[in-house]
Amino acid sequence: MTSTETRTAGRLGDSPLRPDGTLKVTGEFAYSSDLWHDDMVWGVTLRSPHPHARIRSIDVTEALRVPGVSAVLTAADVPGENAVGLEHLDTPALADGVVRYQGEPVALVAADHPETARRAAKRIVVDYEVLPAVTDPRRALDADAPLVHASREDNLVRAMKIRRGDPAPTAPVVVALDFEVGMQDQAFLGPESGLAVPDGEGGVDLFVATQWLHVDQGQVCRVLGLPPEQVRLTLAGVGGAFGGREDLSMHVHACLLALHTGKPVKMSYARDESFFGHVHRHPAWLRYEFGASEEGELIYAKADILFDGGAYASSTGAVVGNGGTLGLGPYRIPSVHVDARGVYTNNPPCGAMRGFGCVQAAFAHEALMDELADRVGVDRVEIRARNGMVEGDLNITGQVIDSAAPVAELIRTVRDLPLPPEPEGERDIRELPGGASNTTHGEGVVRGIGYAVTYKNVGFSEGFDDYSTARVRLEAVAGEPVATVHTAAAEVGQGLITIEQQICRTELGVDQVVVHPKDTSVGSGGSTSASRQTYVTGGAVKAACEAVRTSVLRRAAALLQRSDLRLDGDKIVAESGEVVAGLVEVLDEPVEETVEWRHRPTFPIDPETGQGNAHVQYAFSAHRAVVDVDTELGLVKVVALDTAQDVGRALNPDAVVGQIQGGSAQGMGLALMEEIVVQDGHVKNPSFTDYLIPTILDMPPMQVKVLEYADPHAPYGVRGVGEPPTISSGPAVAAAVRAATGKALRRVPIRPEHITF
Amino acid sequence: MDFLAPTSWAEALETKAAHPDALPVAGGTDVMVELNFDHRRPAALLDLTRVPELQEWSRDAGRIRLGAGVTYSRVITELGGALPGLAMAARTVGSPQIRNRGTVGGNLGAASPAGDSHPALLAAFAEVEIASVRGTRVVPVAEFFTGVKRSVLEADELIAAVRVTPPAGPQQFCKIGTRNAMVIAVSAFGFALHPDRRVVGTGIGSAAPTPRPAPEAAAFLAGELEAAGLWDSRGPLPEGLATDFGRRVRDAAAPIDDVRGSAAYRLHALSVMARRAATWAWDSYRDENRSAAA
Ligand SMILES: Cc1cc2nc3c(=O)[nH]c(=O)nc-3n(C[C@H](O)[C@H](O)[C@H](O)COP(=O)(O)OP(=O)(O)OC[C@H]3O[C@@H](n4cnc5c(N)ncnc54)[C@H](O)[C@@H]3O)c2cc1C
Repeated sequence: MTSTETRTAGRLGDSPLRPDGTLKVTGEFAYSSDLWHDDMVWGVTLRSPHPHARIRSIDVTEALRVPGVSAVLTAADVPGENAVGLEHLDTPALADGVVRYQGEPVALVAADHPETARRAAKRIVVDYEVLPAVTDPRRALDADAPLVHASREDNLVRAMKIRRGDPAPTAPVVVALDFEVGMQDQAFLGPESGLAVPDGEGGVDLFVATQWLHVDQGQVCRVLGLPPEQVRLTLAGVGGAFGGREDLSMHVHACLLALHTGKPVKMSYARDESFFGHVHRHPAWLRYEFGASEEGELIYAKADILFDGGAYASSTGAVVGNGGTLGLGPYRIPSVHVDARGVYTNNPPCGAMRGFGCVQAAFAHEALMDELADRVGVDRVEIRARNGMVEGDLNITGQVIDSAAPVAELIRTVRDLPLPPEPEGERDIRELPGGASNTTHGEGVVRGIGYAVTYKNVGFSEGFDDYSTARVRLEAVAGEPVATVHTAAAEVGQGLITIEQQICRTELGVDQVVVHPKDTSVGSGGSTSASRQTYVTGGAVKAACEAVRTSVLRRAAALLQRSDLRLDGDKIVAESGEVVAGLVEVLDEPVEETVEWRHRPTFPIDPETGQGNAHVQYAFSAHRAVVDVDTELGLVKVVALDTAQDVGRALNPDAVVGQIQGGSAQGMGLALMEEIVVQDGHVKNPSFTDYLIPTILDMPPMQVKVLEYADPHAPYGVRGVGEPPTISSGPAVAAAVRAATGKALRRVPIRPEHITF
Repeated sequence: MDFLAPTSWAEALETKAAHPDALPVAGGTDVMVELNFDHRRPAALLDLTRVPELQEWSRDAGRIRLGAGVTYSRVITELGGALPGLAMAARTVGSPQIRNRGTVGGNLGAASPAGDSHPALLAAFAEVEIASVRGTRVVPVAEFFTGVKRSVLEADELIAAVRVTPPAGPQQFCKIGTRNAMVIAVSAFGFALHPDRRVVGTGIGSAAPTPRPAPEAAAFLAGELEAAGLWDSRGPLPEGLATDFGRRVRDAAAPIDDVRGSAAYRLHALSVMARRAATWAWDSYRDENRSAAA
């Protein structure tokens, strides 16, 4: 390979290989569950078996007697404030006097072997007085509902109103429906785990798989009663996140045990515990009404959305915010009446998950859009194109959509993609619903096609101070310029490390970019969520590179005594084009710059009208699903799941397509199979035996059409990519199943028996 | 936990007799999950993978003798023709990795109502060969299961093999799952035509405390075929016969509601699977005749 080839590889617009890719495929990548310290002990968690109970007493005597046990801790051992939470400090690190959901952490054990710790945990005697539980969120606000948090007046986490246009609108055509969305799980493959190492001076280093090191750090500090300097976090190998690692899991617990025992403590959940160790996607109950003209043009829309937040708020408030402000989809609607609420119950806590409040709403508005299309006799694609937002439109909070809003183009693009061939003749059973399970040879099989569009906010909203910090250092190493980029932004598998390198190579003209381990010794990178890291941390890295470039040129100007310099690759070039120095020649001292970068501000919405510029950017996508349904057995085979998405600009085209494929599979999973079944506050299927996620045989190959309408307000014109596919794929699949079966199917996941009965 | 690793069948039986509470482990695809979930803490594991006799299959007096340790992958590649119903069931088990490890003997040993081999073995009227230092006994599969995850195995006994007569007629196996692979059966159905004896074989999975045949349904169908002279004429099935048969299969089941599916759906699915399986099998039976005549 010649040097010019290496110089151009791995810049923006290329798709360089990810450093973790091969390691993950060959099983060599070190995940947080692989962390090891020779002196470490193992921590385990004792959890509540009840959805709601008073703890009368906890007796740890027998657990402490087990040989090998070094600590047993309860709420009484928490040195600081026993309260964590993303929006409300409503979650005890260890249950104090009351448990509010099945699986709530009650006590911790450290022992020299995980098995010993588990056995000891079983000997802890907790005397519970079982209390009446709120398990139906639709009853949570009733006057006689038990209070989940006794200190509160009711079980409401947040209620949001959006009122716009005519308060009492009428329309010649009115359609309405009720929809219900089950509880989805992030089902990341790497369960919660980490290692806490005491520093011998009262502080602790925590190595952990997470989405946001700094927000974890703040919460851990509060519980430990320590300042940030004494609680240092480093990102360990993350095996997927999807929102499920925004809240703390074992973080505080491992630190408590480490500080108590003076030993490094490893905690690693098994799969079943993982289902209790993180929040889930909110189940939702939605009631929608559209009023439209005879031609199918929307005149008004009403929505009433209820999210079950479970026992602790987590990010329920923001989910309500998204469900409310974005819950009517990417449509132009003159009059709007939306009520969105999130409530406390004694069900598993729900919080962030990819698509964040928009996923649930999209099932409802897209089902209703089909209903409207059929009612007025307009094609289902055209009705979306006709009502779809365009740039310059106002959305339902009155915000101007001030960059591309290609709804019509996206939906028509997916319509025009080639369809899979019509089935004919004898088919291989593996192509049919049921596959090798041999349930049909074609009998009862009907094909259906469904469409959906969505838009989703990118970044944090409603006035949140959303920023990221990047430190970039440029130095000469063995005669070569080398950049080191340091951010605390979590790489959770989405490819941020590669993007950071691509930005540095492009901005600084260097080939070698070292990515510093992600830790809290640099400022916050913000959360790896809301499809925001390429935008926000990407923006910070870009800005830090620019600052480095400015410093380098300032230094070169002083050195060379001229001011007409610029950086071209690793050369310093004069205005005339003449190369006046190599980059390394001015790098006898390293140049380092740290920049805190913010996107345009967002604003809280008006509490009475819901109006305001709540979001910074919108990302749009559309899906077309083709399914074969065995209508007699209710089994579904997704034959095609094709999509078009505007990504602003594809900085790494392969990574973009990867996000779109993965997100589409996750959305399809919710439409057809993924559900945590909760009965009376108890999780019935905390395992991959019965919590089903799509396999390679469920997921068809995809046609992915990437549009690049650069957002002039975003760095490089990027638009967040990760979430939209998770939102529009599921409703398209559900629509296709409705088309094949003629059934209303107002609940997802659609189970076989919903189709057959 | 002790790990006992006999290297011959005789040694395996002696070890089991000496350690009746040792848990046999073949492919480990059930055992390791149970250990992992802490559902079991056996005093000892009895590893059977080093016992060569269990890994073999042979033909013996017109029957196939399938060693308990033969994996699903081998059933598919080596016995697809001789044991078609079992091979169809094997194709639906887990993933390639599970099929490379998991064995028919292990499926029987686990005795789950959802074991996928069971409906196929029931429909084929297979027998389980059980051995101990006390001797060998042969139990029809239909009598092997005694309850949810329970069988007639005594503490000192091991499963040596399954004995199956190669089919004289077509066989089918169908399984319902809520995804297209890697799924525990919501319900399953095995079907076999035995034209030599003018008998129908059936097996129901995941729809009762144990896998079970549907003897009334089978007798009904065989009788109707007999009465209409269809075994000989190989004429088309009379209108509604397969549907009737499906209903009777459904009536033989006793499913429960659980997270995988409702009892009502399981019953419905069984009636559909039984109808379809019988139709496919009968169509093949008729085709055989045509191709024989051609
Ligand atoms: C991911 C996954 C997917 C699965 N999917 C399916 C599926 O689709 N369908 C299905 O039916 N099963 C499935 N299983 C369950 C399992 O793979 C099967 O039951 C398999 O047949 C077990 O065989 P094994 O050799 O691994 O048994 P093991 O786990 O070794 O043993 C199973 C039981 O049989 C006993 N045993 C084994 N051999 C003997 C013997 N010779 N004599 C006496 N007792 C014995 C053991 O003591 C144990 O109780 C799945 C399992 C996993 C982990």
